[in-house]
Amino acid sequence: MSIVDTRTPDPKRFIAGATGDWEIIVGMEVHAQVVSKAKLFSGASAEYGADPNEHVSLVDAAMPGMLPVINEECVRQAIRTGLGLKAQINPRSVFDRKNYFYPDLPQGYQISQYKDPIVGEGKVIVSVGPDSKGEFEDVEVGIERLHLEQDAGKSVHDQHATMSYVDLNRSGVALMEIVSKPDMRSADEARAFLTKLRTILRYLGTCDGNMDEGSMRADVNVSVRRPGGPFNTRCEIKNVNSIRFVGQAIESEARRQIALIEDGGSVDQETRLFDPVKGETRAMRSKEEAHDYRYFPDPDLLPLEFDEAYVEALAKDLPELPDDKKTRLMQDAGLSAYDASILVSERAIADFFEKVAEGRDAKQAANWVINDLLGALNKSGKGIDETPVSADQLGAILDLIRADTISGKIAKDLFEIVWTEGGDPAEIVERRGMKQVTDTSAIETAVDQVIAANPDKVEQAKAKPTLAGWFVGQVMKATGGKANPQAVNQIVKARLGIE
Amino acid sequence: MSDLTSLTIAEARDKLLGKEFSALELTDAYLSAIDRANEAINAYVVVTHDRAREMARASDDRIAGGTAGALEGIPLGIKDLFATHGVHTQAASHVLDGFQPRYESTVTANLWHDGAVMLGKLNMDEFAMGSSNETSYYGPVKSPWRRKGSNLDLVPGGSSGGSAAAVAARLCAGATATDTGGSIRQPAAFTGTVGIKPTYGRCSRWGIVAFASSLDQAGPIARDVRDAAIMLKSMASVDDRDTTSVNRPVPDYEAAIGRSVKGLKIGVPKEYRVEGMPDEIETLWQNGIAWLRDAGAEIVDVSLPHTMYALPAYYIVAPAEASSNLARYDGVRYGLRVPGRDVIDMYEKTRAAGFGREVKRRILIGTYVLSAGYYDAYYLKAQKVRTLIKRDFEQVFASGVDALLTPATPSAAFGIADQDMASDPVKMYLNDIFTVTVNMAGLPGIAVPGGLSQEGTPLGLQLIGRPFDEETLFAAAHVVEQAAGRFEPTPWW
Amino acid sequence: MSVDIDTVRRVARLARIAVTEAEAEAMQGELNAILGFVQQLDEVDVSGVEPMTSVTPMTMKKRQDKVTSGNIADDIVANSPATEDHFFMVPKVVE
Repeated sequence: MSIVDTRTPDPKRFIAGATGDWEIIVGMEVHAQVVSKAKLFSGASAEYGADPNEHVSLVDAAMPGMLPVINEECVRQAIRTGLGLKAQINPRSVFDRKNYFYPDLPQGYQISQYKDPIVGEGKVIVSVGPDSKGEFEDVEVGIERLHLEQDAGKSVHDQHATMSYVDLNRSGVALMEIVSKPDMRSADEARAFLTKLRTILRYLGTCDGNMDEGSMRADVNVSVRRPGGPFNTRCEIKNVNSIRFVGQAIESEARRQIALIEDGGSVDQETRLFDPVKGETRAMRSKEEAHDYRYFPDPDLLPLEFDEAYVEALAKDLPELPDDKKTRLMQDAGLSAYDASILVSERAIADFFEKVAEGRDAKQAANWVINDLLGALNKSGKGIDETPVSADQLGAILDLIRADTISGKIAKDLFEIVWTEGGDPAEIVERRGMKQVTDTSAIETAVDQVIAANPDKVEQAKAKPTLAGWFVGQVMKATGGKANPQAVNQIVKARLGIE
Repeated sequence: MSDLTSLTIAEARDKLLGKEFSALELTDAYLSAIDRANEAINAYVVVTHDRAREMARASDDRIAGGTAGALEGIPLGIKDLFATHGVHTQAASHVLDGFQPRYESTVTANLWHDGAVMLGKLNMDEFAMGSSNETSYYGPVKSPWRRKGSNLDLVPGGSSGGSAAAVAARLCAGATATDTGGSIRQPAAFTGTVGIKPTYGRCSRWGIVAFASSLDQAGPIARDVRDAAIMLKSMASVDDRDTTSVNRPVPDYEAAIGRSVKGLKIGVPKEYRVEGMPDEIETLWQNGIAWLRDAGAEIVDVSLPHTMYALPAYYIVAPAEASSNLARYDGVRYGLRVPGRDVIDMYEKTRAAGFGREVKRRILIGTYVLSAGYYDAYYLKAQKVRTLIKRDFEQVFASGVDALLTPATPSAAFGIADQDMASDPVKMYLNDIFTVTVNMAGLPGIAVPGGLSQEGTPLGLQLIGRPFDEETLFAAAHVVEQAAGRFEPTPWW
Repeated sequence: MSVDIDTVRRVARLARIAVTEAEAEAMQGELNAILGFVQQLDEVDVSGVEPMTSVTPMTMKKRQDKVTSGNIADDIVANSPATEDHFFMVPKVVE
């Protein structure tokens, strides 16, 4: 495959070496575990976390005479992902065997797709930023292909002095390998790409994106070159399992390559591993043999074929994706690009917001979701799925503000109470007497009491009308914050005669 | 009671139902025949006495209870390639030492479901790679046949040599076998038995140790055509666990026995008349043509122009698939493990010790033809040639031909440790020259005895049919059988 | 095309089969005999011919997304030459 350079070198992204500027070239192969109950070619559970070899069928253990039968759900999910990546869906694709020996590869080959993948070229729009001016920049990252393949098992090396332990629970779990074009030019872009890809997969429900459990891993291809110059040899950093590490791995690997070249050396094409403790990459210790995978079509399977109607039906049922949702929130609800970006960053947040905003003021809803809810979640280290305040509860709080039942300030207190204790906001307001006092006679009484108690201040205020604020404050204090601030203000001014 | 072993499956079935003898008596008759003969013939690698008797007793119960299955109480031998629960399943290879699967192949499960009794596991060429049953880790099988006035041990053919020898020597009523390039039909032809390789996709491959996935098919070897039809009916099924299993109901093959061949168009492909073919093979072929013509079939000359390329294409496709299928024998999850200083060393030593020479040869060829830079020239090319071979057949069938008649093998059985064969692997491969085309095109093919060679050893004819038209093959093979008669070896063991 | 002894060794290494010098030499002759035999295919014109992908034309059957197997770790490791706590054991792998 020849590499097409889709980007114009941008000095903003250059990194300085001892001998001049360098540009980083990044491409990624992301392995995303397909959300399915069973494995790609067997009826064993694809669920994470089980005792050794319990989620293993005879097929997964490659017992003699066992045969693969494809899970239709995995095919459906791959097509849906392809549609979400605005990619070419191939109505005919082929499963090949990739042959190599490894203890966690029981068949001695991985069933994958080589020449004819299920999904072809697509693209992802990545928002990079904010920069020092708070600006975001949209970058288009091309998708080369997406194919379905089997995951391998797991070898545990630290249980025994001389032996490795092999657990095949993951063996045969369905993966989508999503291959990007080498379109990224910085660690930030790579991070943003991975984040965006994960968001899309989560919106689609085709991968849970849980990098801790390994349901999403990235192989990162890194090379450096003089800005706009010819591509250099790349290194592949295998199995990076967090977005943060992807950034660190790219930066340290780029620095390593620049130093090598600037010292008159050259980069060897090799596979490397990222060590998160040291924050650097190292060459794999195992002897790197020239790979010769001897791909050929798996004779146990047939070509994977489906018609246009099938794809169309899946396309029709696709959920609204983050880019479309963001545009809609900006155009229809009048949200800022920044607010919209935050709200669509996770499908669960967007869903939460839309529920709160339904039939209410969208901007106000956005403010509350972003500042109050996400702020509180962030502070307590909780995800949106663990929020103690439901969308209905937050909506009820907003309704109380709109009905002038409570003030904005009381609403913050109410939010706190609902957060810690739960309950129906309207009922809490009622029970705790948090209702805003709008009865003018009650406010007048309170104002009169304050005026009567502070004759000196009354005199001063007549000379300096801004002191009216002091009276308002005193009245609010006296009413426990429940008096309607506008009403208090009006009455204070009238009584002091400073209109 | 030893004459019980002389009964065909059909005969035994009727007599069992008529309660002339019990399934246990029948099974015991076979077990004692095996115990007497197996040391000499080496057809069985394992005899499952206890299980056989247990199954026979259960059959007797079902017969008594009126719930007998289609093969109730019929004692069968099972090729070592079929997974049998808790019983030696090693593809006659050292690399599968001690392997006892915790599962049952679909084909054998179908047989047990129909009431059949397992006598034991049958010897074969290692991983079904061979045409003489000499590549078995358990030593060669000796044919029950000998040349007139000779004590030379002959091969029973392969890879299903144990199956063919056991059937011919009456060490089972029928046997399962598999055919990747001729492994049912060639040994059937060498032993005077009937063997059918059904259409690819007719029998499930689930639980059969894989050799070359796109070519492997299970089928029976039996005493006569009717028995082969009875067995295939039970072996065949539609299996959701095998992607290549074809979703078609299994017909009652036995009903085709005795069906007239009048008006059938039988093609005689001229490309099967190969250089150096012995006269007796030509005579055999002409006899077959005459018998079918006499029975009312129309004989037509046809051409299958790519026939000669089937064997070379096969020797790319089959080893390529095998090299990958046999990668799982790595000493990790089952079978032999030879310790090594690291895991790679362990693999290399285990596989070096576990595989025999022929298997290694094919793994290396397969690895080579798939390796970088050679794929297009070998594998891809061979698969294209395969398309042409299949197209040849399609054109002949499209012209109205119902079945083709050819010799099953280019010669009669040869001697064990034949020097010619040993010195040149390709010579051995040429045994499959008439049978391999059928596998390459996925068609059904049956081998039926057509006569004896001048030396008194069996010769077989092959009938090739349209996809899933096994019934026509049974009908036509039965006509041949009626005309040629049946052939049985004189016991020397 | 004929293979040299280094190719035999390389292929044996790819196939993870240890071969002695004598075996490699013998194999070289045999492999070349077989490759010589299959060379006949050079005579066949395959231009415009599709490679065979499935011998019986049919659509690939698929399984439903249901868990139908598993929790048989005893069976899975039953035949293993080295096993502990339902794990398979192999000589230590260095990554």
